[in-house]
Amino acid sequence: MAVRQTVRVRVNGLERVAETDVRRTLVDFLREDLGLTGTHVGCEHGVCGACTVLMGGQAVRACIMLAVQADGAELLTVEGLASPDGTLHPIQEAFREKHGLQCGFCTPGILMTTCELLASTPSPSTEEIKDWLSGHLCRCTGYQQIIESIQLAATRMASDQMVLSAQ
Amino acid sequence: MKPPRFEYFSPRSLSETVAILAEHGDGAKVLAGGQSLLPLLNMRLARPSVLVDINRVSRLDTVRPHGTGGVAIGATVRQRSLHGDPTLLDRLPILGTASQFIGHQQIRSRGTICGSLAHADPAAELPALAVALEAEMVASSASGERVLPAADFFVDYLTTVLEPTEVLTEVRFPGPPAGMRWAFLEMSRRHGDFALAGVVAGLSTSDDGSSIKAARLVVFGVAGTPVRASAVEAALVGQPPTDSVLTDAAAEATRLLDPPADVHGSGAYRRALAQTLTVRALQACRESHGTAEPAT
Ligand SMILES: Cc1cc2nc3c(=O)[nH]c(=O)nc-3n(C[C@H](O)[C@H](O)[C@H](O)COP(=O)(O)OP(=O)(O)OC[C@H]3O[C@@H](n4cnc5c(N)ncnc54)[C@H](O)[C@@H]3O)c2cc1C
Ligand code: FES
Ligand code: FES
Repeated sequence: MAVRQTVRVRVNGLERVAETDVRRTLVDFLREDLGLTGTHVGCEHGVCGACTVLMGGQAVRACIMLAVQADGAELLTVEGLASPDGTLHPIQEAFREKHGLQCGFCTPGILMTTCELLASTPSPSTEEIKDWLSGHLCRCTGYQQIIESIQLAATRMASDQMVLSAQ
Repeated sequence: MKPPRFEYFSPRSLSETVAILAEHGDGAKVLAGGQSLLPLLNMRLARPSVLVDINRVSRLDTVRPHGTGGVAIGATVRQRSLHGDPTLLDRLPILGTASQFIGHQQIRSRGTICGSLAHADPAAELPALAVALEAEMVASSASGERVLPAADFFVDYLTTVLEPTEVLTEVRFPGPPAGMRWAFLEMSRRHGDFALAGVVAGLSTSDDGSSIKAARLVVFGVAGTPVRASAVEAALVGQPPTDSVLTDAAAEATRLLDPPADVHGSGAYRRALAQTLTVRALQACRESHGTAEPAT
């Protein structure tokens, strides 16, 4: 069995292939092998949430998963949120408006968790938001603005949905 | 930090898996959800020479009904299924209630139910539930299959009777005794942290609620393994479920505990916590008697 292996993933809609060490974590693979440095690395043991990405639509820790385990998977990272023309995703826009970030270290992970939360629960209660956020540490904001950002994003995305379905 | 070097295998079948484990024995580790093993590798607290990733092994990812009211859960079924899978929710809702205490949503999306049992953290929820619900573990190796009752499975802190050449393929939860009401309580400093102490309690009473027919009581986070208070369970039978009876039972169930101290709390604090949680859990079981929903 080799200590290096080819890993093929679809990241943000694009097919990416790279050879990597089997001991490479997914977050290092994204950052070092694919050059996608938007996903941050904090604690490297699953606690802080900075490295959170979506795999098959589910928020997972990229620091405690091997890159080889993601072979064949569909991934979404923070780079995949804004449109190619730079228009922010409604979640990003809401975080900007509501001051949901200061230093921004925790933000990419929190945005990805918010994606899954709002996809599965379009109008989450404050309690539900807090429950999902419990998987993330933020040393700057005190969390209150993050909760407000998510609430704003939920309201906007729900009304966008209504406009879409009315059309 | 980064994981040390290892050889990586990703078998597709159980026979391939057990053959690799038989060949590499002590140096090999099974990789399931990775939510405990990868942190250990990153911190270099574990240095296996071989990782056997079971995530692509066929037929381990199923939940199926087992006996009357029970469920059998395969090795790669994620913890998030506990609060999403219809068979599990329908048959053993107490597992769903308790699962909300396991880390965070992001952890439960990868972490497996069997992985938590094999890891055997004394503060983990699932080992305590397995003991309380009298689950059975199915362990496979190149030489065959063993079925191990939860009562004999957990040996000590992070230690089970599993051999290095064995893989846990399934956990079977039998249907709980008819009419039993369950409660699960734990205390941690932050939501999602491992418990400082916790309890799984079950109570069934006569139709008019005046006397206890059967009881289950397991405390965890207070010793090397979950602790079942069998003598207290037996002594409760036939008694009225009054506050004083339940309070005495909780005192007796936790009297001999000698929990370890750490930065999160002293041994004495943990024991007091276990006792208080036990009273509340037993009361919650009693209060939910006659209602449609199990206690949470
Ligand atoms: C931030 C964070 C918070 C957490 N909080 C909690 C919590 O509150 N409560 C809790 O219970 N857990 C918690 N966990 C741990 C989590 O539940 C793990 O998922 C679980 O302990 C191990 O399951 P796994 O599938 O991830 O196993 P892995 O990490 O893959 O494996 C763990 C160990 O079990 C062995 N193993 C796994 N599966 C098998 C098998 N089928 N056969 C034989 N051996 C096997 C491995 O070899 C390894 O030694 C937390 C984890 C993190 C990162
Ligand atoms: S870097 Fe992955 S959870 Fe902290
Ligand atoms: S904005 Fe700085 S850690 Fe969250």
